[in-house]
Amino acid sequence: MAAIGDIVNAQTGRARVRRGDGSPPRARPGTGIPSWATLALSVPLLLLIGLPILAIFFRTPPQALVESLGTPQARAALELSLRTTAISTLLAIALGTPVGLLLARQDLRFGRALDTFIELPILIPPSVAGIALLMAFGRSGVFAGPLNAAGITLPFTPAAVILAQIFVAAPFYVKAAALGFSAIDGEAREAAEIDGANPWQLFQHILVPLAWPALLSGAATTWARALGEFGATIIFAGNFPGRTQTMPLAIYLGFEMNMDVALALSVVLIALAFLSLLVVKVLLRRDFAANGKSPD
Amino acid sequence: MRENILPNGLSRCNWCLIANVVLAVALLAGCATPAALAPAAAAPAPAPVVVFAAASLTEAFNEIGAAFTAETGTPVTFNFAGSQQLRAQLEQGAAADVLASANKKEMTAAVASGLIVPGAEQIFARNRLVVIFPRANPGGVVTLADLAKPGLKLVLADKSAPVGQYSLDMLDKMGADPAFGADFKERVLENVVSYEQNVKAVVSKAQLGEADAGVAYATDVTRDAREKVSALDVPDAFNQIVAYPIAALAKSENAGAAAKFVAFVRADAGQAILARHGFLSAGAK
Repeated sequence: MAAIGDIVNAQTGRARVRRGDGSPPRARPGTGIPSWATLALSVPLLLLIGLPILAIFFRTPPQALVESLGTPQARAALELSLRTTAISTLLAIALGTPVGLLLARQDLRFGRALDTFIELPILIPPSVAGIALLMAFGRSGVFAGPLNAAGITLPFTPAAVILAQIFVAAPFYVKAAALGFSAIDGEAREAAEIDGANPWQLFQHILVPLAWPALLSGAATTWARALGEFGATIIFAGNFPGRTQTMPLAIYLGFEMNMDVALALSVVLIALAFLSLLVVKVLLRRDFAANGKSPD
Repeated sequence: MRENILPNGLSRCNWCLIANVVLAVALLAGCATPAALAPAAAAPAPAPVVVFAAASLTEAFNEIGAAFTAETGTPVTFNFAGSQQLRAQLEQGAAADVLASANKKEMTAAVASGLIVPGAEQIFARNRLVVIFPRANPGGVVTLADLAKPGLKLVLADKSAPVGQYSLDMLDKMGADPAFGADFKERVLENVVSYEQNVKAVVSKAQLGEADAGVAYATDVTRDAREKVSALDVPDAFNQIVAYPIAALAKSENAGAAAKFVAFVRADAGQAILARHGFLSAGAK
């Protein structure tokens, strides 16, 4: 959700800058509630989030981290996670961009319904997503007939891991893409259309270049969410080292078997989540700065 | 830009406000409950006994819990999971009064980490392994040797769970028998598609028809489960002695009730319920 919030912030921020141009100076920024009060009231939640994350690093000395990550179990989980999330993120981009374009249309008849529908996987508990995937694509699922006829079995395969990741994570990319596309200035598009650009050229030379920070930050969020996917995976894909045991699954089982491996993988996941957030922030700030300076 | 593109049309500050209100209410509720409610209740209900029990005990212990509450008035709260998970949770400081494990290993580990007074643990039931398969039998499982059939989708519990280790030990014993052949275990393990976190997850994969076969306890083939799965008996020569130890925890804050619950499980009433669910008595071989 962070990325979406940021994109929204960047947009409202841009709107403010526009309003600010040439108009009387705006009121002092903020909510009007003294900052010492909000700061004091913020401490409990900041501690609640900060202390557990710090504790993981505290319990994992660098030496142990390197050692644990070298174990075959950790390496297999790391490799599988990176491989499956790379594929699921690319697929989310390929399949999600058209949906993003659709959602960006102002005149879409069922826009609100579609928007709500695409957000559902964000709020559905992942375990429910896993059962839903089994009911649809499992061996005795709704689509078992055609899948079996085609010789495709999904449960317990890396393909099932990827499907689960796309199900839970693609909406983040779609939402970001829709916001990015809908923020594009109508004039640039119309100018290209007058010059005789066909839809593909319009997409390639106008829409993507102008929306790329939103697209990329959406992809980064989707990747991070896919990396953390657990509930749908363990139900739909099962747990087999090197085949379907991603990092979160290895952490879950490692909690009883080998705490050091679980901690080391946790450190890696926290670092990767932080990295993807950093990408989102930097991209959106740059987007904001570029748009803010450009004459409207 | 359409307004509804925001998750629910709220700005960030609205979110902050809602979050603060929720936190404040939660804190108030948390502080208020014990102080305000305890004296108000005329006859306070006795504190519940918190029982951490192996996943395979789910049905039997739920019934025992109800019978215990009916007799003593003390409510019972259960946490069912893989025994290894229960032991790990207790080691990380989870508060509980009783631990019932599906193997001696986790109980011994709990004694070693000071969670249980040495000698307090007592075997209260036994169990057997069975091979389960969906009633439609998509993998064509007829004999134990079929577990090594190429392409069979076999689901085992992870070896961190008691039943997972028992399953591996069973395969070792079968491999030592010339009837199956020395490479039997290896060929069976090639068929494993998933190592589940506890025995109930193995059963549900078979019930859903996703697995061709799995190894579980005889007691997991409950009346409900029998509608969807069938079981193949594992002869004594390969079967494992699955013994369930139970003990009150050393740090129990409800020691009296904990001892009573342990006694209840081992007494006739508890043993009858366990037997009805297919468990063998503690003395059985």
